[in-house]
Amino acid sequence: MEERIAIIGGGIAGLETASQLSKKGFDVVVLEKKQITGGHVEQWHQVFPDFRDASEVLKNWNQHEISGQIKIGIDITNINKTNGLFQIELRDGEQITANAVVIASGFDLFDAHKKEEYGYGIYDNVITSAELESFFNRKREYLIKSGKTPQRIGIIHCVGSRDEKVGNPYCSKVCCITGVKQAIELKEIYPQAEVFCFYMDLRMFGLNYEDIYKEAQEKYGIQFIRGRLSETSELQDGTVLLKVEDTLAGKPLKLSVDLVVLLVGMVKGSVNNELKKWLGIELDLFGFIKPPDAILQPNVTNVPGVFLAGACSSPKNIGDTVNDARSAVLAVEKYFNHLKG
Amino acid sequence: MIAEGKKRIWKDYQKEIADDRYYYARSCVRQNFFPGSEAAFLKILREELGKNVFDDPAHTSCTGIGYHADVVPLETTMTVIARQFALMTEAGYQNFVPSCITSFGLYSEIIETWHHFPETLEKTRKYLKQATGREFEIPDNLAHASDVIYKFRKEIGEKGKYRLVNHNTGEPLKIVEHIGCHYSKMFPHKGVGGAEYPYVLVGMIEEWGGEVVDYPERRHCCGFGFRQYAVKANRGYSLSCSHKKFESMEPYHPDAILTNCPGCPYFFDRWQYAISELEGKTYGENGFGIPVLTYEEMAGIVLGYDPWELGMQLHQVSVEPFLEKIGFPYDPEQKYKGKYGQDLGKPKVPEFLKVCC
Repeated sequence: MEERIAIIGGGIAGLETASQLSKKGFDVVVLEKKQITGGHVEQWHQVFPDFRDASEVLKNWNQHEISGQIKIGIDITNINKTNGLFQIELRDGEQITANAVVIASGFDLFDAHKKEEYGYGIYDNVITSAELESFFNRKREYLIKSGKTPQRIGIIHCVGSRDEKVGNPYCSKVCCITGVKQAIELKEIYPQAEVFCFYMDLRMFGLNYEDIYKEAQEKYGIQFIRGRLSETSELQDGTVLLKVEDTLAGKPLKLSVDLVVLLVGMVKGSVNNELKKWLGIELDLFGFIKPPDAILQPNVTNVPGVFLAGACSSPKNIGDTVNDARSAVLAVEKYFNHLKG
Repeated sequence: MIAEGKKRIWKDYQKEIADDRYYYARSCVRQNFFPGSEAAFLKILREELGKNVFDDPAHTSCTGIGYHADVVPLETTMTVIARQFALMTEAGYQNFVPSCITSFGLYSEIIETWHHFPETLEKTRKYLKQATGREFEIPDNLAHASDVIYKFRKEIGEKGKYRLVNHNTGEPLKIVEHIGCHYSKMFPHKGVGGAEYPYVLVGMIEEWGGEVVDYPERRHCCGFGFRQYAVKANRGYSLSCSHKKFESMEPYHPDAILTNCPGCPYFFDRWQYAISELEGKTYGENGFGIPVLTYEEMAGIVLGYDPWELGMQLHQVSVEPFLEKIGFPYDPEQKYKGKYGQDLGKPKVPEFLKVCC
């Protein structure tokens, strides 16, 4: 087989796509903008639902098995489609030619600065879920600025998801279970700490998610309060005062905590607008890449030869991303079979 | 607190403020609550900064209180506001400067409504023409009076005779600020610094040497919400709003409260007296209250204006501790003297709140 497939993005969607296409005999090239592959998973500590190390998950993709190339630190400046071939121009002047393109560029994390009232970037002890993973990974000496052991921790669900005020009314799917997972991990490190999760709904849709949620309450004593955070402010001792509406009790609630963790949702990848400009693909209302038929053909686009894998088209967890990548491989294969008649 | 974080937000919320030629729309209630403040604004702009300000006696209320209390319909409010703009247009001005925060919020809301629903603008033009024969232009620039003082804060500081610094210790005074809900909570981009970490008053305090104190209930309403204080049965709610703020700021020992809105200074000032009578509690030093100043009063004091000319004897909470801290000389004998030196009489001394009489 001579067809060359360019895969934009070296996260788990890109790696799985490359791995499976490679096994089928395609020549693949993975173009990753960072200096390391693995995408967001590479930054994560443990993954739900089995609390496996994220690094262990990434070992699944033995990159030596991929017959083509993985190029890191890549900055794409333009993509042209001419006579059925895609010409991908890179910042260093190199040009890559491919017969098809799989977009596996993933998602960005919501910029928590936009929820100004939550105090991210203003108050010392307000961090994001991604930063908490970084703490878990690096096993830093202390989590809060004063160096003291946190006694109370507040985890805020749906930051930048299901939030019309920031223009993201959709659900990011993974934050609920991530919050529960992180709450348990915090309790394991700080067993004496009280951990509160402030949620809108808890969407425990995946297998075992509900069990983890139950265990969080029964085994770890994590408190789940249905309520929306209205604002934070910093107290003199550096603790953070939360003002929350407890929507079950129907009452406002004030609580001071040593640390606030904002469960930031998924937003469109920053490269999506450029991909639209270069390739003529369509984006949905929220900037994710839009397949013409999200139910029956989720991996194709309106441009023949351009395919989608992973969270570039909608929020997905790791399992769904892997499945989506495999589905994209089938779509690519079908496309070339069709071309050959 | 991460100072850089606030600076980053402030950069995102800058607004254009006209440089000169202002049509000034006074506030209905400020002239009664703190009558010296608007006079000070005009004096600072005209005499200190050499600006052209038209103080038009023909304008009316913006209907703000009635609008927010649901007794004035939106169409009426739009038409009244259109008349204010017609007066501005007829006077040859394009830069509209309301003194009142609620007016500023309402003007912003109506202009925004006209922008998004042009049919309402056309209706308003028709109604105004039918009712008064007038026509109007939407202002090129809408800025609250505090925006204008903020714009010229450096010039005022340079001309100033006093700094917001304790003249005995050299330490900056600790000042809490309150921008008023209608300044930017409805339209964050129309206020300097936005809604969550507003900068308009912070910029003045910092420029004039003071230190801004952030406290947990900084964003909370002062209690001037119209449905709270205007309905007698709800006044306890108004008082509890102010009480909540005083309790929250108390541990930070502020030397003064700087305000932006017609109602906020009034309620911060008067409710300190009410709380002292109800609970025997005071929030300032040595039994005094925390002095509450409008931004014009503070600018006037920085410029060395006579506090009694500024009308500060009408404050329930004595401002003398604040004046003494910055080393501002004042004549206590003149506090209750009228314009021609006549004795105006002294108010009754409260039972708990210590005052200078």
